[in-house]
Amino acid sequence: MDFLTLIELLDSTVRSATPLLLACLAGLYSERAGIFDIGLEGKMLAAAFFSAAIAFMTGSAWLGLLAGIGASLVLSVIHGLASINYRGNQLISGVAINFLAAGMTVLVAEDWFSEGGRTPSLEGSARFGPIKLPFADQIADTPVVGPIYAGLLSGHSVLVYVAFAMVPVTWWVLYRSRFGLRLRAVGEAPEAVDTAGVSVIRLRYSAVIICGVLCGVAGAYLATGLQANFTKDMTANRGFIALAALIFAKWRPWYALAACLLFGFLFAIETRFQNIALFGVPLPLQLVQALPYILTVVILAGFVGKAIPPRAGGEAYVKER
Amino acid sequence: MQGGKEKGRQDTAAPAIELRGISKAFGAVQANKDISISVQPGTIHGIIGENGAGKSTLMSILYGFYKADAGEIFIRGKKVQIPDSQAAIATGIGMVFQHFKLVDNFTVLENVILGAEGGALLRPSLAKARKILTELEREYELHVDPDALISEIGVGKQQRVEILKALYRQADILILDEPTGVLTPAEADQLFRILDRLKAEGKTIILITHKLREIMEATDTVSVMRRGEMTATVKTAETSPEELAELMVGRKVLLRVDKAPAKPGDKILEVENLRVVDDKGVARLKGVSLDVCAGEILGIAGVAGNGQSELLEVLGGMLGATGTIRVNGQPLPLAGKGADGRARRAAGIAHVPEDRQRKGLIMDFMAWENMAFGYHHDAAYQSNSVLMDNGAIQRETAAKMERFDVRPPAPRLFARNFSGGNQQKIVVAREIERNPDVLLVGQPTRGVDIGAIEFIHRQLIALRDAGKAILLVSVELDEIMSLSDRIAVMFDGQVMGERLPHETNETELGLLMAGIRGEAA
Repeated sequence: MDFLTLIELLDSTVRSATPLLLACLAGLYSERAGIFDIGLEGKMLAAAFFSAAIAFMTGSAWLGLLAGIGASLVLSVIHGLASINYRGNQLISGVAINFLAAGMTVLVAEDWFSEGGRTPSLEGSARFGPIKLPFADQIADTPVVGPIYAGLLSGHSVLVYVAFAMVPVTWWVLYRSRFGLRLRAVGEAPEAVDTAGVSVIRLRYSAVIICGVLCGVAGAYLATGLQANFTKDMTANRGFIALAALIFAKWRPWYALAACLLFGFLFAIETRFQNIALFGVPLPLQLVQALPYILTVVILAGFVGKAIPPRAGGEAYVKER
Repeated sequence: MQGGKEKGRQDTAAPAIELRGISKAFGAVQANKDISISVQPGTIHGIIGENGAGKSTLMSILYGFYKADAGEIFIRGKKVQIPDSQAAIATGIGMVFQHFKLVDNFTVLENVILGAEGGALLRPSLAKARKILTELEREYELHVDPDALISEIGVGKQQRVEILKALYRQADILILDEPTGVLTPAEADQLFRILDRLKAEGKTIILITHKLREIMEATDTVSVMRRGEMTATVKTAETSPEELAELMVGRKVLLRVDKAPAKPGDKILEVENLRVVDDKGVARLKGVSLDVCAGEILGIAGVAGNGQSELLEVLGGMLGATGTIRVNGQPLPLAGKGADGRARRAAGIAHVPEDRQRKGLIMDFMAWENMAFGYHHDAAYQSNSVLMDNGAIQRETAAKMERFDVRPPAPRLFARNFSGGNQQKIVVAREIERNPDVLLVGQPTRGVDIGAIEFIHRQLIALRDAGKAILLVSVELDEIMSLSDRIAVMFDGQVMGERLPHETNETELGLLMAGIRGEAA
């Protein structure tokens, strides 16, 4: 593999990792606050559809993004109502949201566009185009530094940069701000937060809403950045992979970045190399495509060390006597 | 956010806390009935009562957890509304709950500032808190490392963190709910020294407990609650433990256990060099050896978590180990086949587990079903080779409930719906009525009211007098002292020493419990 191929592969890794990273950080906020969320998938899917649809209708990717965030937020609030106010089972609520999103997006897409459950292709300003970083062209020909800067760092859509910037932001919020202290506390010991005179419900809703916004951005990126339209089930279980990455990262932001890049890398291999030979034996395409999913199963089965989730995760807070 | 000293002694004429006519019902249960109480500033006021008497409900109302159905609250002479914890904190009320409200993987400092950070950024808040904490530590001798994780410090220190939390929020009224339940006697003494210090600084303290000794030692005045009502408020100096116990229960109570001297017979249970390593690789039992004779109660004293639970579980067949156990001279297998609860029961060992709600009962099963557990293979319980004879079990359960005074004596009631004391009576009845050679008893009176404690203690003595061997594990030193014929103290998975109850005292046992051997050892 030569240097330029490697740069291309890494470039593709960054693109593939972006929706995973956004969803993973979304899950991080929610789960750190004690709300398990397996509905990341559904929220991303709904956001993908509405962002594509509104971007197509208005011709503005930004309006599409807002619509995607809005759709994701609606589902977030449903999850919040079910698991915070009504103390429902958080897994069941998440599953329901996934089903709802999978069915609703295709149904509405067919009704609005009659293209077999997809949206028409997006062009021009209806998509988030690549952003060229300053001096990218000038130093593109410099050896080593040039390709890294121009080929790898430059030329992504704005949402990619947002996603990667969210990692230090999340770290800072979590460990350096009052909100972060309370957020971590409410996922570990809501009774401590409650007796300290802080509202458990308000904190958990803030977390769920942040989760919804980030899932919305992730979905919008899928349909208006990475691809150029919405297709049925286009999230392809990325929500679940993000959850696996979150567990792999033990609910910490920088580790989440590393985990998502690893998954992104596997996706990149799948898209870049259709036929790989290992020791002279060609690997079947299906095996290569299955790699991210195989890794997910391995992580979820607990082969990568013990991950201890937030202690109060998955349980509604009930005041005791 | 200074220490709060200047708020201390103002306006001594008005009571620090005055409750007038507080009532609170949960459904049909009247938890608090028309309760009035007045606490002078700079005093320690005790509230004593049995489980379910309404002490915690009353304090939860004062801390804003519940809204009273009727009544008024006055703090320092001013009428206040306390709709939530935040309002309570703002009024200067701090509460130390029985189960600490701490975040285990946070540092002491982070726990102290949680909810009272003072700014959106953590660093300045933490720095300011560190300074205040140092002052508070010096002022009240509340030493604790601000950077230690809660999960790494002992319960005694955790409790100090709770007190620091309240002081940091400038509380001048401090409520402590059953504060000594998890402490060693030495730690409890330290706590009471801290409380005295707080009192001297003008703080008002409410101490909720069911331990008469603590009330007598620590408080200035005491209120007694029974079935949701406040039955009396007296000066501690003018009352006696006997009078308080009678006020609590509503009848005369025997505080000392009445028992004849033991007549120990042959060794029934022999334990040699028992060792257990848990799945984290930590040694829980480090070579425990002891014997229990027929007609004898061996009490195991110790602070919770020093291997007593593991000892009971190994003997009861719930946990594997290495070493030797003999019953009536016959060795029992310690691992693999034959090392389970059923085999142990067949060998004559009955077990009243420490945690009755998780290991002694199935809370969502009825009393009669619970009464059959562990003995459900019994031939008397089978109609034929397939079906069980539920009628027979229910009849037998009704008879046992009668004999053990379980209230209500309803075999078809769910275990969950009995009070703690009556749940425990069901477990004790099930095990004692099988007439075992050896009875293992863990924390027989934890969360059990005084009346039921008296009854359960009498049953244990009766079993001893019938010539059975009893191994009693309890964290209540009073219980160990009054029931045991011999006392073994456990610390860190080892037996620190054995003492005879009439030749020792709480100080000596307390030192052994803390792992300090006197010269006599």
